[in-house]
Amino acid sequence: MNLSPEQNNSPQHRPNSVDPDEISRFGALADRWWAADGEFVALHKLNPVRLGFIRDTALSHFTDKALNKPDSLKPLAGLRVLDLGCGGGLLSEPLHRMGADLVSIDASEDGIRAAKEHAAANGLEMDYRCTTAEELAAAGEQFDIVVAMEIIEHVADVNVFMDTCAALVKPGGLFFASTLNRTPKSYALAIVGAEYLLRWVPRGTHDWRKFVRPSELARGLRRNGLMTDKVTGVTLDIASGDWNRSDDTAVNYMLSAQRPA
Amino acid sequence: MEDKHDSRQHRDQANVVDVIINGGGLVGLALGCALGDAGLRVAVIDRDDPATMLDAPYDGRSSAIAWASQQALAMIGVWDHVATQAQALLDIRVSDGASPLFLHYDHRELDGQPFGYMVENRHMRQALHARAAETSTLELIAPQSATQISRLDNGVSVQLSNKRELQARLLVGAEGRLSPSREEAGIQVSGWSYHQVGIVCTVRHELPHQGIAQERFLPSGPFAILPLMGNRCSLVWTETDALAPVMMALDDDAFLAEIGKRFGDYLGELALEGPRWSYPLSLQIADRYIDQRLALAGDAAHGMHPIAGQGLNVGLRDVAALTEVLVDAARLGLDIGAPDVLERYQRWRRFDNATLLAVTDVLNRLFSNDVEPLHLARDIGLAAVNKMPDLKKLFMRHARGTVGKLPKLLNGEPV
Repeated sequence: MNLSPEQNNSPQHRPNSVDPDEISRFGALADRWWAADGEFVALHKLNPVRLGFIRDTALSHFTDKALNKPDSLKPLAGLRVLDLGCGGGLLSEPLHRMGADLVSIDASEDGIRAAKEHAAANGLEMDYRCTTAEELAAAGEQFDIVVAMEIIEHVADVNVFMDTCAALVKPGGLFFASTLNRTPKSYALAIVGAEYLLRWVPRGTHDWRKFVRPSELARGLRRNGLMTDKVTGVTLDIASGDWNRSDDTAVNYMLSAQRPA
Repeated sequence: MEDKHDSRQHRDQANVVDVIINGGGLVGLALGCALGDAGLRVAVIDRDDPATMLDAPYDGRSSAIAWASQQALAMIGVWDHVATQAQALLDIRVSDGASPLFLHYDHRELDGQPFGYMVENRHMRQALHARAAETSTLELIAPQSATQISRLDNGVSVQLSNKRELQARLLVGAEGRLSPSREEAGIQVSGWSYHQVGIVCTVRHELPHQGIAQERFLPSGPFAILPLMGNRCSLVWTETDALAPVMMALDDDAFLAEIGKRFGDYLGELALEGPRWSYPLSLQIADRYIDQRLALAGDAAHGMHPIAGQGLNVGLRDVAALTEVLVDAARLGLDIGAPDVLERYQRWRRFDNATLLAVTDVLNRLFSNDVEPLHLARDIGLAAVNKMPDLKKLFMRHARGTVGKLPKLLNGEPV
């Protein structure tokens, strides 16, 4: 396991997508990642729809994996997966349980500490690393699946981040992202609604100007040889409180792309 | 699990499961079979010895298995073990005392499929035990009881009377009306007694019943004649608190004579088969179906008046819904005992059960009396329903258990 970047190639001299303000904001909330009534409840609620998208897309893409069936309890078995910006491990633990050979990274020491503590308390053997996507890419690591959920809107430079993500995907592999679209509706719902009116997420969690349109994401991927496969909206069913996949990509959306083999 | 060389490791492995089910009755075992079938590791604890549970005197009741419940039992591999013991319900006749007006449900009016089946509980128990033994991911631990339950943020552990300790993501309380895990969680129940007693017995009769069930609303409460295999019927006779002990104390001949007054002679000579049982009737519903790392299923969550024959069917709906919720979550790698997952189960079942309890309760109050205007109203009501095909079809689908948002198992679909 290569945890540290080569010392003679200091990370400061490489293009870096980490935004220190973002890291410290999430770091301060690290102990709240798994709290049932905490600041990240909205993310817990989003987990099923995100995981369902990753699983279903992976199942139809990696058809050579004979064990991968829709009714399997380990549908990601045999796949090397990277969870980028794993935070407290909300998405990592389910990916691990689905059988993925998983590496989870976050630039926040506090986030990684919270993630490790939670995994230990649940008897899960996880591979959490406090590092950056750029460092992993520089070390030549590649994955069957790279997952960047609810992270793109928090990085310092989207273009640098997309270049790095793309480099981490093996030929024939998949890239997943979920983020917020930059539309008037997303300003109304994700900033005014979620942060100020409903207080679903702490104020200042999001900067609307950092939101990314699906077309911008797809362009960044195409520049790096990844073909965008699916774009699906994520909307809340008020009656059940569940988030579902939908055609409405104006606020929350998910995207999958593949690198040709 | 295959490691025979290290029995210590084997034991430790077997003590960590996904779900612990406390209570290996009909609902608990059906849930165990359903979850085990989907690949979840399950431990089912029951305080009674399986040998005793499979004996005839343990439970003399029979259960109406609605068509939807039968579909679910078939999907989880249980029905194959009981199919030859199941009497199809082809026709349901509801009548009001001596009134000639009655409601008639004929299965041919729907699509020719039976409304359901009558199965003796001991046969159902045998089938569930047989299926449990075939399910490699299920361990039935009996006779043992849970002496200590610790439900924590990250999981639940249960200590047994033999000091064995089990760990799981979730505990399911399926112990019936007096549920120790419900009490341990401090979940209150609301409900009331009906001041009625259900007398249950089996009779042999001369003539074939032709799969016809009868429900007669008598002043003291409903009297149900439910066809079993052969020339036999299971009787559920609702009697007042005051009169029931008198009936139970009668000798066999006098008891049979009382039955004859209510049963009539349409099936010829009657004879008692086996002992009689009596159960006080009450309605209760748990204030919550879930707590930290805990879900309730079956009578532990809701006990109802047996008027509509829905007790086990409602329990199997819990089984089908909980199975679907847990298996969906497990296939996404989610923690199956997390609050979000359990909320989904409670949301699905609680409204449905509360509605059925209320309807059953109103029916019983309406029919268990002899007030003249009510008598007339319900006679006209029954006759009117008989004349209105759409309403009647809805009632018939209710009897079959196919109304509402059904879990997949009840539609005969895999989870």
